[in-house]
Amino acid sequence: MEKRTAFYDKHTEAGGKMVPFAGYTLPVQYKTGILKEHNAVRQQAGLFDVSHMGEFFLEGQDAFQNLNNILTNDFTGLQPGQVRYSPMCYENGGTVDDLLVYKINDEKYLVVVNAANREKDFEWMQKRLTGDVSLRDDSDNVSQLALQGPAAQGILEKIVGEGSIPERYYTFTEQACIGDIPCLISRTGYTGEDGFEIYTGNKHAEALWDILMEAGEEYGLIPCGLGARDTLRLEAGMPLYGHELSPEITPREANLSIFVKLDKPVFTGRDVLAQDRKRKRIGIKLTGKGIAREGAEVYSGEEKLGLVTSGTMSPSLGVAIAMAIVPVEFAGSEVEVDVRGKRIKAEVLKLPFYHK
Amino acid sequence: MNIPSDLKYAESHEWVKELGGGKVQVGITDHAQEELGDLVYVELPQVGDVLEHGDNFAVVESVKATSDVIAPVDGTVSAINEEVADSPEIVNSDCYGAWLVELEGLGHLDELMDAEEYEKFLAEQE
Repeated sequence: MEKRTAFYDKHTEAGGKMVPFAGYTLPVQYKTGILKEHNAVRQQAGLFDVSHMGEFFLEGQDAFQNLNNILTNDFTGLQPGQVRYSPMCYENGGTVDDLLVYKINDEKYLVVVNAANREKDFEWMQKRLTGDVSLRDDSDNVSQLALQGPAAQGILEKIVGEGSIPERYYTFTEQACIGDIPCLISRTGYTGEDGFEIYTGNKHAEALWDILMEAGEEYGLIPCGLGARDTLRLEAGMPLYGHELSPEITPREANLSIFVKLDKPVFTGRDVLAQDRKRKRIGIKLTGKGIAREGAEVYSGEEKLGLVTSGTMSPSLGVAIAMAIVPVEFAGSEVEVDVRGKRIKAEVLKLPFYHK
Repeated sequence: MNIPSDLKYAESHEWVKELGGGKVQVGITDHAQEELGDLVYVELPQVGDVLEHGDNFAVVESVKATSDVIAPVDGTVSAINEEVADSPEIVNSDCYGAWLVELEGLGHLDELMDAEEYEKFLAEQE
């Protein structure tokens, strides 16, 4: 039986088509449909329930040192109120998860992980902790909404307390309020648009949903499901764990080398990640008819290069797009993708597919 | 749920419209289009293709998912609806107007459900 988030009744009231996802029942779309939801985020704003994400608190004098040991990014210089993205790797360089680290103060960090990896991540981190530090999984108490799109700031400005809106991308306000609801607001997202992710306690969840939907009405804000979340992140060229990142795919192979700080002398996976990568991530646009989905084989002539990791019809571009992992030596500008036994031509594109 | 009474239905959610002269049109039902969501791609067979009931003869793809369309009867493809291939969204907006193929030389037509039976079948699927 899948878990429900605190917004379950809001989803069913809004006509959400509920599906199982990472142990939760979440809306894949509402009555509006994925295309309208996608376009709302590109043109106005959309509201996503992302309460399935996991929230861990890492606390203690040695919190920073543990982050730097366990994660591939470098947290030196991270200031309170700043957010930093990082992969987390196995010793063999494969990816445990990718996550966000929020620095609350020198001795307290919030770590936000993918829902499907929550238990695995907790165990992995817990085992590696050293010194004065503790890890706590607070996921079951925390609800999270993502307010995304060009109108997101305008919507928030109507309802937040003074100083609650983080001004810059990848910063956050810890003690913010929306109406009289205490929350943490961060200027982050997974859509390629400006937007915010808002964390609050479960007991405030429904009231927060109502306030945001009401404030957003004049801006065209609509609730959006997992389907639009996927097409939006795909257009933005953002990796999704289980697709572009996995135990078999290193962050460097997923083109995330800037988040793998090899100048740190020690961190889990460093020895393998320091070697040359064998594969890379590419973006492709199908020039023939069809849609390349996850698992489709990618060819250059007769040579099989690899597999599509995610693919869809891009609502913003009107063409089928996909990402694939291929040998690093491949430098061609065209590939072919096997779609149901037929070879479909595709052009290699620079990621991301979509720029705001 | 719209289930026109003048059509026949298959358990795999295709509708069949008898045109007379031994020909039928085949499309997907309201239930099918709603389950799939916004369609963005339709792959049709070629005129002259010979289908047996149960064959996958077309592919409909929504943003999220790919789904086979199954031949509800035996028949030879005598026409395809190019308009659907060009504008898949018309299957969402008018699923009973947006036929996919026309078939002739039919078989297994009498095994289909009528509207009442299909409605009952859908209710049992819930």
